[in-house]
Amino acid sequence: MTDISTRFLDYAPAPESTSILHLRDSYGLFINGEFTSGHGETFQTISPATEKKIADIASADAQDVDAAVAAARRAYERTWSKLSGADRGKYLFRIARLVQERARELAVAESLDNGKPIKETRDVDIPLVAAWFFYYAGWADKLDYAGLGPNPASLGVAAQVIPWNFPLLMLAWKIAPALAAGNTVVIKPAETTPLTALLFAEILQQADLPAGVVNIITGAGDTGALLVNHPDVNKVAFTGSTAVGRAIARSTAGSGKKLTLELGGKAANIVFDDAPIDQAIEGIVNGIFFNQGHVCCAGSRLLVQENVHDEVVDRLKQRLTTLRLGDPLDKNTDIGAINSREQLDRIRELSNVGDEEGATRWTAPCEIPAKGFWFAPTIFTGVSTSHRIAREEVFGPVLSVLTFRTPVEAIAKANNTPYGLSAGIWSSNGSRVLAVADKLRAGVVWANTFNQFDPSSPFGGYKESGYGREGGRHGLAAYLESAGWGSQTTIAKGATA
Amino acid sequence: MTLDNAVALAPAERATQLIGGDLTEKSLRLHLEGLPGVDAVGLEARAADLGTRSIKTTSKARALDTIIGLIDLTTLEGADTPGKVQSLAAKAMIPDPSDLSTPRVAAVCVYGDMVPCAVEALGSAGGEAGIHVAAVATAFPSGRASLPVKIADTRDAVLAGADEIDMVIDRGAFLSGRYGLVFDQIVAVKEACRREDGSYAHLKVILETGELTTYDNVRRASWLAILAGGDFIKTSTGKVAPAATLPVTLLMLQVVNDWHRLTGEKIGVKPAGGIRTSKDAIKYLVTVAETVGEEWLQPHLFRFGASSLLNDVLLQRQKLTTGHYSGPDYVTVD
Repeated sequence: MTDISTRFLDYAPAPESTSILHLRDSYGLFINGEFTSGHGETFQTISPATEKKIADIASADAQDVDAAVAAARRAYERTWSKLSGADRGKYLFRIARLVQERARELAVAESLDNGKPIKETRDVDIPLVAAWFFYYAGWADKLDYAGLGPNPASLGVAAQVIPWNFPLLMLAWKIAPALAAGNTVVIKPAETTPLTALLFAEILQQADLPAGVVNIITGAGDTGALLVNHPDVNKVAFTGSTAVGRAIARSTAGSGKKLTLELGGKAANIVFDDAPIDQAIEGIVNGIFFNQGHVCCAGSRLLVQENVHDEVVDRLKQRLTTLRLGDPLDKNTDIGAINSREQLDRIRELSNVGDEEGATRWTAPCEIPAKGFWFAPTIFTGVSTSHRIAREEVFGPVLSVLTFRTPVEAIAKANNTPYGLSAGIWSSNGSRVLAVADKLRAGVVWANTFNQFDPSSPFGGYKESGYGREGGRHGLAAYLESAGWGSQTTIAKGATA
Repeated sequence: MTLDNAVALAPAERATQLIGGDLTEKSLRLHLEGLPGVDAVGLEARAADLGTRSIKTTSKARALDTIIGLIDLTTLEGADTPGKVQSLAAKAMIPDPSDLSTPRVAAVCVYGDMVPCAVEALGSAGGEAGIHVAAVATAFPSGRASLPVKIADTRDAVLAGADEIDMVIDRGAFLSGRYGLVFDQIVAVKEACRREDGSYAHLKVILETGELTTYDNVRRASWLAILAGGDFIKTSTGKVAPAATLPVTLLMLQVVNDWHRLTGEKIGVKPAGGIRTSKDAIKYLVTVAETVGEEWLQPHLFRFGASSLLNDVLLQRQKLTTGHYSGPDYVTVD
């Protein structure tokens, strides 16, 4: 027999090979179909698991943003808005297929740059990216049936700014509907996760997408500000923090730019005493520890019916001891690295506040690697609705456990947040699920599951979680204008769409 | 509902401790129906997730040896002969003649009339501390016989030297809600496992999950079998499709985990039928280790009921040892 002094559960390393990646040392801006060097100060993108540099990334200044928007405008007027829907669809299908063909490469790059486990990029992120392009490719020649009346018109140039938690997936959420609807795009990936967007630029070249239809510019927050405030963009789409979203809403007000915002969340995951208990535990784990909790719709507030609180917490702890934290590229890793030092600091700060406010902290026993940014899965019990960890978005693997006694109380507590992006309900009683879901003020309500995404399902928030919907038929409305009677511009645009 | 409900059941120790001394059809029913439901989608998703673990190099070598040590090497055919059983027993003792470091299997599993033959073939390698002889009993696989016949079937195998009895439950009675009947039969068979010296042959209770069809039923039947005194709960006879599946096994392991949390007692689990490859078997090991803990990866707490699995594991083991794949002619046919 083999040595039994070690545990079977200490699975031998099973790292995904990085040999499939052929990265360059430095990446420029992708403007008008070509990589060009930026005029801003070059920055590095690092792997948050090792803190090692991956590549130098160009930064776009005002001049570069102008060039990108001008390229998008040109492409819109000369090419993209003149193509038939079927032809636009052809490009989108081509992009979707290329994403599938290069799926493994993209998954490895995403894990490397973001720190999320390869099993998530491989099984969730990248398949969904392809699904999003396939889905909207199908819409491109069917816009008349999008529920916006005949001949809905594209808007023009869309300025898009996306976050670091699902870098390529958020890019797909933004670009696919925009292109299907006939717009051109200037997109800025997050400063810490530009890598897959730049590989995506190569895919666009492979797909022969007409120059300027999609422009990808990298940089920090000021580049994003230059982009959304550019006078020649018609549409702004932003996913990120509520604070930045507020600033964008303020700066675009009165500019005539159409705006969609997908911001923060503090979702309630409600567990009733008749829940399918083992699956509810899985759902809680998936709700808050998926992607290290870097999910705007994460189920970060667990509302448990008081009579099953101890059992749920007990089972949850047992389950969390089997989570494996470590090398994101290892196929058995469940919890990867925190995306940046800045984010790690914020998670630590808010967790410390949790201690100070009197909640009880429990941390899953796992070894933390010496290098990189890590935070072990953590549960706070004895949390009150007034605690900051119950009100503010931690955006990390930290779960706050609260209790309730009746469905009315559960609903009141779930809705008692400035956010309203998502919620979960766990119960074997179907009528209770429907009755509670009906009263939750959240854009998405999951029943006996959590964190499920599908391109055909609209996603978006209430209140401070933003406005506008992404995904599904509703997601098209963010990039189209109804060709209502009497509107000269829309009729004129509609004729060419 | 009716007088039936007041009928007292056999006072099995576990059940009386958990449910109360006045164990009746009604109290058993209330207990089983009060178990939390199972969400099929969630259960299957969790099983699929466990199936994606990547077990490589040293972990794989260890897994393969562990699997061999957990196998109930099985032949359950109408065409079985003493010669076939002898050959099976020989393979149980020396699974791979080309590599004597290969561990032995846990048990051989045969029909009741083949028990003497298996005991003799195993010789000194058999017995309580060695390779066990498991016998299917109670009118296997259908279970459609009267209780006296089932008891006689069991006694016969135990007398012949079987270390373990794999009994089937009356699925018809279970599906029609006569939980008490199923319960009493398990208790009676357990008693029939008693040897003259007062010790018991281990009792594995086959739920035949392929005929129970819902996960809620599987959970209830698992609890029922444990309450009635089963040492092991086993998925299937291998004669009904689907036999063992990963979600069903996961669910049964969750029940065993619940029982352990509640009482501190460890119940065994045996998936049987349909597990043919090392790759599949490794998924089960992962599921056991991550659900109830790896201490369950021992023959008294986990078994694979399988016939063709062993040869695939041996091929994989040879590959790890020698660095190249051989072929089916380099492992023995049973």
